[in-house]
Amino acid sequence: MALVSVSHLTRIFDVSKPWLNRVIERQPKALLTAVSDVSFNIEEQTVYALVGESGSGKSTIGKMLVGLLEPSTGSVDIRGVDLARETDAQKIDDVRADIQMIFQDPFASLNPRWRVRDIIAEPVAARGGHTKGLSERLLEQVGLAARDAGKFPHEFSGGQRQRICIARALASEPKLIVCDEPTSALDVSVQAQVLNLMSDLKDEFGLTYLFISHDLTVVQHMADKIGVLYLGRLVEEADPDTLFETPKHPYTQMLLAAAPQLDGFGREVIPPTGEIPDPINPPPGCAYNPRCPLAADICRTKRPELRQIGTSRVACHMVDATD
Amino acid sequence: MTPTLSIHNLTVDIPTRHGTLRPVQDVSYDIAQGEILGVVGESGAGKSMAGNAVIGLLNPPAHIASGEIHLNGTRIDHLQGDDMRRLRGKHIGMVFQDPLTSLNPLLKIGDQLTETMLAHLDISQSDARKRAIAALEEVGIPGAAQRVDSYPHQFSGGMRQRVVIALALCAEPSLIIADEPTTALDVSVQAQIIALLKRLCRDRGTAVMLITHDMGVIAEAADRVAVMYAGQLAELGPVRDVLTVPLHPYTDGLMGSTPLASRGKARLHQIPGAMPRLDTLPDGCAFHPRCPRAQADCTRNPGPTLADAQGRAACFHPLLREDVA
Amino acid sequence: MVDTPLSDSAAKDPSRLRLALQSDFIYQFKRSPVAVVSFAITLLLVLSAIFAPLIAPYDPFDPGSLNLMNGFSAPMTPNAFTGDSFWLGTDDQGRDVFSTILYGMRISLFVGAAAVAFAMVLGITLGLLAGYVGGWTETIIMRIADVQLTFPSILVAMLIFGVAKGVTPVEYRDQMAIWVLIIAIGLSDWVQFARVVRGATLVEKNKEYVAAAKLIGRTGPAIMLRHILPNVLSPVLVIATISLALAIIAEATLSFLGVGAPPTQPSLGTLIRIGQGFLFSGEWWILLFPALTLLTLALSVNLLGDWLRDALNPRLR
Ligand SMILES: Nc1ncnc2c1ncn2[C@@H]1O[C@H](COP(=O)(O)OP(=O)(O)O)[C@@H](O)[C@H]1O
Ligand SMILES: Nc1ncnc2c1ncn2[C@@H]1O[C@H](COP(=O)(O)OP(=O)(O)O)[C@@H](O)[C@H]1O
Ligand code: SF4
Ligand code: SF4
Ligand SMILES: [Mg+2]
Ligand SMILES: [Mg+2]
Repeated sequence: MALVSVSHLTRIFDVSKPWLNRVIERQPKALLTAVSDVSFNIEEQTVYALVGESGSGKSTIGKMLVGLLEPSTGSVDIRGVDLARETDAQKIDDVRADIQMIFQDPFASLNPRWRVRDIIAEPVAARGGHTKGLSERLLEQVGLAARDAGKFPHEFSGGQRQRICIARALASEPKLIVCDEPTSALDVSVQAQVLNLMSDLKDEFGLTYLFISHDLTVVQHMADKIGVLYLGRLVEEADPDTLFETPKHPYTQMLLAAAPQLDGFGREVIPPTGEIPDPINPPPGCAYNPRCPLAADICRTKRPELRQIGTSRVACHMVDATD
Repeated sequence: MTPTLSIHNLTVDIPTRHGTLRPVQDVSYDIAQGEILGVVGESGAGKSMAGNAVIGLLNPPAHIASGEIHLNGTRIDHLQGDDMRRLRGKHIGMVFQDPLTSLNPLLKIGDQLTETMLAHLDISQSDARKRAIAALEEVGIPGAAQRVDSYPHQFSGGMRQRVVIALALCAEPSLIIADEPTTALDVSVQAQIIALLKRLCRDRGTAVMLITHDMGVIAEAADRVAVMYAGQLAELGPVRDVLTVPLHPYTDGLMGSTPLASRGKARLHQIPGAMPRLDTLPDGCAFHPRCPRAQADCTRNPGPTLADAQGRAACFHPLLREDVA
Repeated sequence: MVDTPLSDSAAKDPSRLRLALQSDFIYQFKRSPVAVVSFAITLLLVLSAIFAPLIAPYDPFDPGSLNLMNGFSAPMTPNAFTGDSFWLGTDDQGRDVFSTILYGMRISLFVGAAAVAFAMVLGITLGLLAGYVGGWTETIIMRIADVQLTFPSILVAMLIFGVAKGVTPVEYRDQMAIWVLIIAIGLSDWVQFARVVRGATLVEKNKEYVAAAKLIGRTGPAIMLRHILPNVLSPVLVIATISLALAIIAEATLSFLGVGAPPTQPSLGTLIRIGQGFLFSGEWWILLFPALTLLTLALSVNLLGDWLRDALNPRLR
């Protein structure tokens, strides 16, 4: 059984103006669909990556997975427990202890007034666990020194802070870590250190990652399976080799073509057309239809289902199952 | 032919109460007409400082301590006040990471364009408006004739950056300094902006200083590349040579730590440690504490200069072609 | 987003004291004459108020030590009847003005500090709640704050004072007066604390360290107290200092109007009220010295607060 099973996950935000303004300006409620009918499974001890441009709903999915946000509809099952609907408090607590998250901004994700020792030990301390020497051990595990435990976050660089975040995430011995753009704020050489560390820890502790990123090369390096998001919808899912060699969805193809390449000297990219539509009023049918070179009439009326095509799953009317 | 921009031994100092910091040290490079020079390096390497020094936008107490800057053969590093402002608008255009900082939120974008043109070009008000619309069309703003009367906040991030490019180019400058112009943008929009910048500059023969930390962007857009480390030039040369056969160990390390499709899941190459802070710069070669090739002489002062490795890399023991191949 | 400076220093561990003394805060302090002078004066005044019983040459509230014959002595001039000389003169009952000022400052500072402390606790609690919980809680708290702001604080204080006076028995009135003053001034002052704390809380609660704490299973109160509170305190410190100056003035105003500290426990304001009765009969010192002290105290505390605000908020400079 998969460790995580996400099915028909949808999250709608009410982004209307305050009630009084709406009445005066005679505007209807504005509902923003950040995540729309997304389903995928994460197998134990694998890395599942979500890629997509900003606003595609990656963080929202991550937050629903760890329970920071509730789904509007659909469900997230972790080890068979649905966090949003489970009533047994003990079960919820057990599952929660198994999930941790690493955030993008290494500066905002550590409380500036706390010592590193207390920051790292908090997940255990909050459950009344034994924390003596814990932070020091974890600091050494993530490549920092035990004596760093007495310092404050501002004494560390971005990369070192991200290591502290990783140490905190490891403290409660979780099974699943949701990593939301963990290296997007870091320089390449530091990113390499952090990515290597994450790979090592994964092997050492048998971790499962949901790895969220907008960077295709990073995702390709880390993932066992990749889900591509566009405007809150999962448009393609495949293993990295398949996805990068034979991308099937027109959006994935566009994304791969647009990504700058280290050996793309003087490459003249045909720049992608159009922009991401407004998520409050998404286009009818396939959300990608205004930009898609293959768009046909059906694309403007009917939303494509995610279909199994070879080893991939693709949501596009025009991709042939025989491809 | 005189290069459009020529920087000689540029050094920028920031006096502080703990001593003088040197965010840019002895940097020299030229940019020819129609050429795109990519300036890469990790954050804090001094890329922006060097760019800001050229346009006279250093925030005091930072100042040019020594060196010369020539634009089309004219020395510009000592210009002050109005002279500098005129030069900025007319001869040098700027594109920054955050398009909002370059646009006045209270003015319609058409007015911002015409104002710039009227200040620097000898044309009438109605001509300026026509040219503003043409400029917006040229940077790919759909419905330019209507959008010319919109305010900056009515555009998306990518569209705003297009407006900024139109604004930077409208007085037909000979040099554009683009400081991380696509860092805040999505890949698909980034591709659009880079393609646009390349096309406009090729068409007009504008020289471009393209500052970025993204090696991929450099590979695709630049003709030559300057790699900066801790305020100094580490390597300078044609982009294909520098990226495929780097001579400086730092450039090599940077390339190795970038995830690449062809390398698959193999462990990434790690450069140990992090860039030193300006107040604790090591002696000799600033890279020596992290350098796998460092030898005893690397700590001696003065450190290496570009002349030490075929005028291309500031290194006493550059990588040999065989090592890389 | 990506362009974050790396600040990786070689590990060095100077002592905490050394660090504190080298900090930018102390450095800026030393470089600002206004800050140094106003701090020195504030410190001097506060210390002399605290140690008034040791410093004051006379105990103005010990009837046994008073000599009516010493009444209306001019400053630095020997009294016509007793030959005693007083630095700042005496009042109608022969009390040493210098001593009454020291004791009066004690009351003024105590009332001011206690009122600010009360306003702070109330404002921080309500501000944290409004910012963190949001929704109806926030609406109700902030609307009350809005209403409160439309009344001048002195009016609010007078209102509360009047009500309290009405409900306390006569014999306790003098004892109650000080506490009523504190509550009255505090109640009229919590709004700015609440507003600032709410604003800062709104910013902090969206930071990822708060999300990390939620994830761990920390509850609302724990997150508010342990995570958010320490991070919203620096603007509070600034407001508290400036509020202290205002509270001292407010107390003086109320006492001057006769609704504050009673003559048995005179504050600077009470002294000024008493003193003004003698201004036109020529005994100017009874009014002037308490008034000057009040001005100096309020001004130096206020300047200190202004400087603190600039020093803690580099973006404003
Ligand atoms: N709390 C929120 N309230 C309203 N809209 C939100 C909220 N969080 C996210 N959104 C919107 O949901 C969409 C997806 O956001 P997000 O999941 O953060 O995307 P990503 O992480 O892929 O950049 C965006 O359009 C964003 O503006
Ligand atoms: N006002 C300042 N005081 C001290 N150091 C500064 C100041 N401004 C910038 N620096 C330092 O100057 C160096 C170069 O900065 P910058 O040119 O912005 O780097 P880059 O653009 O390559 O990321 C950095 O190490 C930065 O910390
Ligand atoms: S469904 Fe139609 S519009 Fe959508 S991606 Fe496929 S071809 Fe393009
Ligand atoms: S000079 Fe020495 S330390 Fe510096 S890069 Fe070359 S080999 Fe390395
Ligand atoms: Mg996100
Ligand atoms: Mg920069």
